[in-house]
Amino acid sequence: MSAGHFPLTAAAIAAVAVASAGYALAGNITVAGQSDLNLPAIIMFLIFVFATLGITKWAAGRTKSAADFYAAGGGITGFQNGLAIAGDYMSAASFLGISGLVFANGYDGLIYSVGWLVGWPIVLFLIAERLRNLGKFTFADVAAFRLEPTPIRILSATGTLVVVAFYLIAQMVGAGKLIQTLFGLEYLYAVIVVGLLMIIYVAFGGMVATTWVQIIKACLLLGGASFMAMMVLAHFNFSPEAMFQRAIEVHPSGSAIMAPGALVKDPISTISLGIALMFGTAGLPHILMRFFTVSDAKAARKSVFYATGFIGYFYILTFIIGFGAITLLLQDPTYFKAGAVAGPNGSFAPADMAGSGNMSAVHLAEALGGSLFLGFISAVAFATILAVVAGLTLAGATAVSHDLYASVIARGKANEYQEIRLSRIAAVVIGIIAIFLGYVFENQNVAFMVGLAFAIAASCNFPVLVMSVFWKGTTTRGAFIGGFLGLLSATVMVVLSPSVWEKTLGYPAGSAIFPYDNPALFSVTLAFFGIWLFSITDRSQRAGKERAAFEAQYVRSETGIGASGAAAH
Amino acid sequence: MSVDTDDVIRRVQSDPRFHELVRRRSRLAWLLSALMVVIYFGFVLAIAYHKAFLAQSLFGGVTTVGIPVGIGVIVSAFVLTGIYVARANSAFDDLTKDILEGLKT
Repeated sequence: MSAGHFPLTAAAIAAVAVASAGYALAGNITVAGQSDLNLPAIIMFLIFVFATLGITKWAAGRTKSAADFYAAGGGITGFQNGLAIAGDYMSAASFLGISGLVFANGYDGLIYSVGWLVGWPIVLFLIAERLRNLGKFTFADVAAFRLEPTPIRILSATGTLVVVAFYLIAQMVGAGKLIQTLFGLEYLYAVIVVGLLMIIYVAFGGMVATTWVQIIKACLLLGGASFMAMMVLAHFNFSPEAMFQRAIEVHPSGSAIMAPGALVKDPISTISLGIALMFGTAGLPHILMRFFTVSDAKAARKSVFYATGFIGYFYILTFIIGFGAITLLLQDPTYFKAGAVAGPNGSFAPADMAGSGNMSAVHLAEALGGSLFLGFISAVAFATILAVVAGLTLAGATAVSHDLYASVIARGKANEYQEIRLSRIAAVVIGIIAIFLGYVFENQNVAFMVGLAFAIAASCNFPVLVMSVFWKGTTTRGAFIGGFLGLLSATVMVVLSPSVWEKTLGYPAGSAIFPYDNPALFSVTLAFFGIWLFSITDRSQRAGKERAAFEAQYVRSETGIGASGAAAH
Repeated sequence: MSVDTDDVIRRVQSDPRFHELVRRRSRLAWLLSALMVVIYFGFVLAIAYHKAFLAQSLFGGVTTVGIPVGIGVIVSAFVLTGIYVARANSAFDDLTKDILEGLKT
C-alpha cells in the first residue's frame, strides 16, 4: 500500500471525529441548561482541528520510512524542536493547575513550578547529546547499544508503557473534565474526541504531524499566556509591587501569600518530589524521543536550551496570571459558585471559585478580554491536551513496534514497512485503551498519576540510561534487575502512600504503610544500587563482553562517530 | 558500521585531543549539574528550614526576598543551559571536528 492512501483515510476519519463532536454538541443542547455552549471557543477549536488535520495530511504524504515515522526524518531544527519539547511538556495541568495553585496559595505555586523546570539542565548536561549519538528512535536503542537487546528492550518498553499509561490516564480524565466545563460537551464525548484526534495525528502523520501539533500549540499557549500576563501587569502600570500589594489586600490569607506556606510539609517529601521531577524529566520516553528528530548533537543541545527558556518563561507567566486572578477576580461574584459568601473584606474564598480554583486562568481570560478571549484560552487549553496526548501515544506506539516487535519478537527480521504498520496499529489500540480508561477513571482521584509517571521515569528509565552510558561496569543482568527494582518499588510505594492508600482506596487517615507521597528518593536509590550490585556480581561471559564493548560505545557517545546521521534521504 | 570500526576506535582513543575533549566537557557538564542540584535543593531546604529568610521584605515593600530567589532559580536553569550550549557548540565541537579530521589522514 502506498502512503498516498493515508491522507484520504485521514480525511475520512477526521470527518467522523468532527461529526461526532457536532453530534455531541447537538445532543447537549437538548439537555437544556446542563452547561453553557461556548460558541467562540468551539469555532476557534474547530479552526485548530482543521489546521492540524491539514498538517497531518501533508505529514502523511511525507512519511515513508521508519525514520520519517519515528523521528520526522531527523529534519527538525533545534529551535523547532525546542518549541515542540515545550509543547510536549506544558500540559493543561501545568497551565491551569499552577496558575490555580498560585491563585489559592500565592508563593507556594512558584515553588511547585520551579521543580518542573530544574530537570531540563540535567537532560542537557548528561543525556541529550549522548542519546543523539548512540540511539536511533528510542532511549532503549541507547541502553541496548552494548547490552543484550531482548531483556533490555523488554525493560525499556515496560518502563515506557507504564509511564505513558499513567500520564495518559491523568491527561484523559483531566481533558474530559476540562472540556465538559469549557465547551459544555459531555464527558464521554470529550474523551472520545480527544482520543480520535490523537489517533489520527499519530497513526497517519507520525512524528512529523505530532511535532507540528506541538509547535502550534506551544505558540498558541505562550502567546495567550503572554497576553494575559501583560494585561495583568498593565493593570498595575507594570509595577509588580503594586500587584502584590493589591493581592495581599484582597486575598483571605493576606501577606502569607508572599512567602512559603503549607505546601512544603516535610523536607523528605519535598526532596523526594524534587528528585522525581528532576530525574523523571530526564527519563520521560516521549521527551527523550524528541532528540532523534534533529540532525545532530549540536541541534539536540540547542533544542534543550530553547525548551528550557520557553518553559521557564511560561512558569513565570503562570505566576503573574495566578496573581492576576487574585487581584481581579476575588471580589467579583460572577466567578464564584452561586451559594458562595464573601468574607468581611468583600473577597471570596479561592476554593469557592466556579468550576474549582483550577479555572482561575480561564475566568481571568474572560475578565481581561471578554467572551472572545475566553473562547481563545479555552481552545488553547483543548489544543494543549491534544498535543500532550499525541506525544505520549507516539512514544507508546514506538515502544511497541520498534522495541518490542522489531527487536524482541521479530528479532530484527521485520522490514520497515511491517514495523511502521504495527506502530500505526499500536497507536490506534493505545488510543482506544486511553478512551476506555479515561471513561473508567472518570470519577476516580487521578491526581497522583502524573507524579507516579515521573517517579517511575526517574526510578527505571533514568538509572538504566545513565548507568549504561556512563558506567563501564553495567551489565545486562544489573540493568535488568535494577531497572525493574526501581519500577516495582516506585509503584508499590505509591500504592502504599497516603495519596493512594487513604485518598484513593479509602483506608482511614494515618493507615498508609509508606509515609511519603513521593517514593523517588528511595526508589531511585534502590534502582542505582540494584544496577551496581547485580552488575559487579555478574561473572558471566556475556558480562565480560559487555564491559569490553564499553570503549567503543564511549568513543561514539562522546564524538558521534558512526552515529545515525540526519535520516532524511 | 564499516569493517575498520575497531581501528577507528583505537585511533580516536590514542588521540590526546579525544581525552582533552572528554575531560573538559565532562568537567563542565558535571560542574553545571552539581550547580543546578545545589541551587534547587538549596532552595528547597531554605523553604523547609529558613522560611523567615524568604518571607522578609525585599526593599521595605510587600515584595519578599522569596520572589527574586524563586524566579532566580528559574532563570539560573536557563543561564546554565546557555553556558553549556555556548561552550559545547563552539570549543568542544571544534575539538571534535579536529579529531574527526585527523581520522582521514
